[in-house]
Amino acid sequence: MIELKGLTKVFDTGKARLTAVDHVDLSVPSGEIFGIIGYSGAGKSTLIRLLNGLEKPSDGSVEINGQNITAISGPKLRKARQKVSMIFQHFNLLWSRTVRENIEFPLEIAGVGKEERRKRSAELIELVGLEGRDNAYPAQLSGGQKQRVGIARALANDPEVLLCDEATSALDPQTTDAILDLLVDINKRLGLTIVLITHEMHVIRKICHRVAVMEGGRVVELGEVLHVFQHPKENITKTFVAQVTETEDSAETVRHLREQYPEGQLVKLIFVGDQAEQPILTQLIREYAVEVNIVHGNISHTQRGAYGTLILQLKGTADEISKALAFLGAHDVQTEVMGDA
Amino acid sequence: MLETLFPNVDWADMWEATLETIYMTAMSTFFTFVIGLVLGIVLFLTAPNQLWANKIVNWLTGAFVNIFRSIPFIILIILLIPFTKFLIGSIRGPNAALPALIIGAAPFYARMVLIALKEIDKGVIEAARSMGATTWTIIRKVLLPESKPALISGITVTAIALVGYTAMAGIIGAGGLGTLAFLDGFQRSREDVTLMATIAILVIVFIVQFIGDYLTGKADKR
Repeated sequence: MIELKGLTKVFDTGKARLTAVDHVDLSVPSGEIFGIIGYSGAGKSTLIRLLNGLEKPSDGSVEINGQNITAISGPKLRKARQKVSMIFQHFNLLWSRTVRENIEFPLEIAGVGKEERRKRSAELIELVGLEGRDNAYPAQLSGGQKQRVGIARALANDPEVLLCDEATSALDPQTTDAILDLLVDINKRLGLTIVLITHEMHVIRKICHRVAVMEGGRVVELGEVLHVFQHPKENITKTFVAQVTETEDSAETVRHLREQYPEGQLVKLIFVGDQAEQPILTQLIREYAVEVNIVHGNISHTQRGAYGTLILQLKGTADEISKALAFLGAHDVQTEVMGDA
Repeated sequence: MLETLFPNVDWADMWEATLETIYMTAMSTFFTFVIGLVLGIVLFLTAPNQLWANKIVNWLTGAFVNIFRSIPFIILIILLIPFTKFLIGSIRGPNAALPALIIGAAPFYARMVLIALKEIDKGVIEAARSMGATTWTIIRKVLLPESKPALISGITVTAIALVGYTAMAGIIGAGGLGTLAFLDGFQRSREDVTLMATIAILVIVFIVQFIGDYLTGKADKR
């Protein structure tokens, strides 16, 4: 669906040369929600703008649905952009137009007739849950509602790809979740391919199938979201993963936990995917003579399964504890002994 | 009452002069709006990193605007006498004042248009581009509607300045309240005529301001 080959963008400001995107190769299949995460300045904004030709690459190519975006210009590029639409961090609605008129704007650009526009905008308003707000101006809407208008507007011309430029970064956590749910719903209902950029791992975890981590214009890590959560390789990825899992394994926390739970043994369990949904703990308690005390727990749900950590205090004989650990290991639960109390 | 306060005022003359001033203001405001808008849009779009980024056109337009904005109006009228003669065939009467009024005010308005357009959120223009809009569509459906309140309040300020300019043009014989106040009032020492002409000008200015404020408020949905 989307193929990036050796994509490079160098900004030449006269004084300095800045490589914003550095030889990026990516391939996003149709219907996938693909996330790109990175700190500001990592090149993700430039990368997403290369996808619809808002920026021209210095080198490399972008192919969307077999069409080379980098090689076309003028009317052909404008036509292609109607199939690769975009939503923005600050919504970028026209304040001079009502909700309905904003949604009809891309249809006007595409030359759709008035009646058809009216019909389409009514459908879209319903799709994004803004019934009754047709004639409101953006100034009268909340941030979440504005982004819903942005999404409806982006969907107007039946795009194949939706690009999300930090689409939830200006929203509060609750509204963020509602907008993300809407994106997943659209992805499933319309089979739309979604590419989103963000600096929030929460967004990646919640809706993405695969993730690319960007740093210094390069993709430093790429994979299934669950896999990346389970085995982050790069330091930057570990930092991002820690944003949502809050793994309690800093020396400080471990020491603190040990002080609080001086007896027995502290064990950290990492569940991934299916195991997170199995009653492994119940079995453990039934079959082994150990006392189990849950000290800390955390489960993150991703689009392709759950990922969780659990810190347990196990009390019992050394023999029983090691048997219990072996049992967990046999069920593919990663265990990590956090030291004797 | 009026006869005692304004013994020397010929009301028919005063009314005719008022109409001439209104005519000059309306015509020059209209052409100033059109020309200033075009110049302002060209200035905006040819600036670096804009849709028509072009150093030469931007520099030339900017130079034209700055030069004509800087020439004092009374001198501009005199400088433009040959041009006016060529264009209108005469240098007297309300029509003869128009070229100078427009050339003096359009660059002024062009600057206001530029400021108004710069106020537009860049993201909105980017959004329109991402939808596949042509530059022409962006001008018509994004730039103009999104800057409408500022464009209207700008042309209001310009129209009021133009009322003042017509009075100045009156001194060299353009007609209107300026000529009346200068020839009939000042040169013949009839202060009441000057005063009445001033009141008439003030009324015109207040009406223009009122209409401008009303339309600006109506256009602003922010």
